[in-house]
Amino acid sequence: MSAQEWIWLLVGLTFSLYIGIAIWSRAGSTKEFYVAGGGVSPLANGLATAADWMSAASFISMAGLISFSGYDGSVYLMGWTGGYVLLALLLAPYLRKFGKFTVPDFIGDRYYSNVARTVAVFCALIISFTYIAGQMRGVGLVFSRYLEVDINTGVVIGMLIVLFYAVLGGMKGITYTQVAQYCVLIFAFMVPAIFISFQMTGSLIPQIGFGATVEDGVYLLDKLDGLHKELGFHEYTSGSKSTIDVFFITAALMAGTAGLPHVIVRFFTVKKVSDARKSAGWALLFIAILYTTAPAISVFARTNLIETVSNKKYAELPEWFSNWELTGLLSFEDKNEDGLVQYVADAEKNELTVDRDIMVLANPEIANLPNWVIGLIAAGALAAALSTAAGLLLVISASVSHDLIKKMIKPNISEKGELIAARLSALVAVMLAGYFGIHPPGFVAATVALAFGLAAASFFPAIVLGIFYKRMNKEGAVAGMAIGVLLMLYYMTKFKFGWFGGGTQADWWFGISPEGFGTYAMVVNFVISIVVSKFTPAPPQEVQEIVENIRIPSGAGEATH
Amino acid sequence: MSKSNLKEYWKENLRYLVFLLSIWFVVSFGCGILFVEELNTIRMGGFKLGFWFAQQGAIYVFVVLIYVYIKLMSRLDKKYGVDE
Repeated sequence: MSAQEWIWLLVGLTFSLYIGIAIWSRAGSTKEFYVAGGGVSPLANGLATAADWMSAASFISMAGLISFSGYDGSVYLMGWTGGYVLLALLLAPYLRKFGKFTVPDFIGDRYYSNVARTVAVFCALIISFTYIAGQMRGVGLVFSRYLEVDINTGVVIGMLIVLFYAVLGGMKGITYTQVAQYCVLIFAFMVPAIFISFQMTGSLIPQIGFGATVEDGVYLLDKLDGLHKELGFHEYTSGSKSTIDVFFITAALMAGTAGLPHVIVRFFTVKKVSDARKSAGWALLFIAILYTTAPAISVFARTNLIETVSNKKYAELPEWFSNWELTGLLSFEDKNEDGLVQYVADAEKNELTVDRDIMVLANPEIANLPNWVIGLIAAGALAAALSTAAGLLLVISASVSHDLIKKMIKPNISEKGELIAARLSALVAVMLAGYFGIHPPGFVAATVALAFGLAAASFFPAIVLGIFYKRMNKEGAVAGMAIGVLLMLYYMTKFKFGWFGGGTQADWWFGISPEGFGTYAMVVNFVISIVVSKFTPAPPQEVQEIVENIRIPSGAGEATH
Repeated sequence: MSKSNLKEYWKENLRYLVFLLSIWFVVSFGCGILFVEELNTIRMGGFKLGFWFAQQGAIYVFVVLIYVYIKLMSRLDKKYGVDE
């Protein structure tokens, strides 16, 4: 079979699977819609969390990103896994014990204030929207590249599929499709990695192959460092970013991960507190499989790419080169007209431009793998994008129907009415997300970092203090969240979009990039929250009792309104 | 559970958190970032040690930390009779 036939077959099969699961797991009550009825097993929840978490960016872009940044790419690897330690130890068990449906629920009740709840809803909505627009775009890209449809048609197909199972099944439908999507995406990610590792180093385990020797007896990483030096790039295994910036970015990604509402809400779906801890363990284990393989793929792909193209005759390059040139992801311009490809760090002399996404997408072709592997990559990338989009969609719809309508605008709404509101808001949200996917605002790429920074600057301190500091009151929390978020927005818009007079790298505060600024804003949030709460009245007795109660794991019961 | 028991339970829990989060900090921010250059002078097979921590080692330790936490907490819950 041709690669194209394999792609249609595998994408078709996996999509029918997701739709089948959606029909089987329809949601009948708000509780099923928001938290899958609260009876998901820790293993299933771990699988679903991993799929929810790993987006198109993790699947398609991350290995490529590391490939081009070497050691500097470690911020993503440590940041996006280390956050789960914070989540498991500091947040998940306590939030599960608290037993509500959403993150703004916790903020609103713990800080006995609708102002706090509104600030939380606002943060949850911006974080989720910036994130979901990127996912829909990812779906569109994969469709257009692999299925040869127009990118907008791709976005619309993706919207329809997500809409179908998210609106029909709510959290229940999403959970079980995500379990299936994890299996598809991890299989699709690992198969080419194992093949390539074996080809290059003789080791079947990419995590080991990455530190092994290649044919001529040289260690792979030493060889790559050597190639990099020869071509004028900085050494692969050492970084070019400053230590303080690497530190701040990693911390912002970790705290941001732990504060992302679509990840936190997954822990509301299990039965009891000990299950919440266990599912965090499973989730990180499943995520770690991909995250420890990605840097190996980066090294394999980078070495392969350089060896295949560097100083080779353009006319004699393999077929995949011209295939990917058509997509615009690869381009060659023979500046010195010698017919050879010069791929070097010096921008004046460099003749090859490579999009980082190609490292995963074209990897099977570069390594000469069979056609079905190419089909697998397409199915895996779609699984990654769809599962994350669905999880975000649910947060958006719950924020509107539960936090805004049920908790603030119309408290006496019936169960049935709330369920209809939830489905309608999911519908509106998916259309908005689709719109952004088709007409991507220029800031989508820049705002993914913003989503993490915002989560770190807003939710993370408010939730941690809400659990670990009984004296924390609403004045402190509201002031901390508001100032944290505004500071983060100010810094990001100043340096990313040139608002407030703009600025360059030389103007960064303490040499911290906008990506790492979330850590700074988070520290400011912590300090302001604590100082303000010291000078304002202690929270009421019943709130202090809530805090004491969430610290004890037993009696979590079921999630309630 | 009585007030004093709750205090004891919470104190032990906090002790575990401090212990586990110190390891979390040392393997990622310590070995992977702050002392990466010093560790890179040590080799482990084909890896420079600092680079290995940043791209592999820290992640393995994270997984182990969560499982140790699950074990410690389930023992603690039993000890204070707050398990389910």
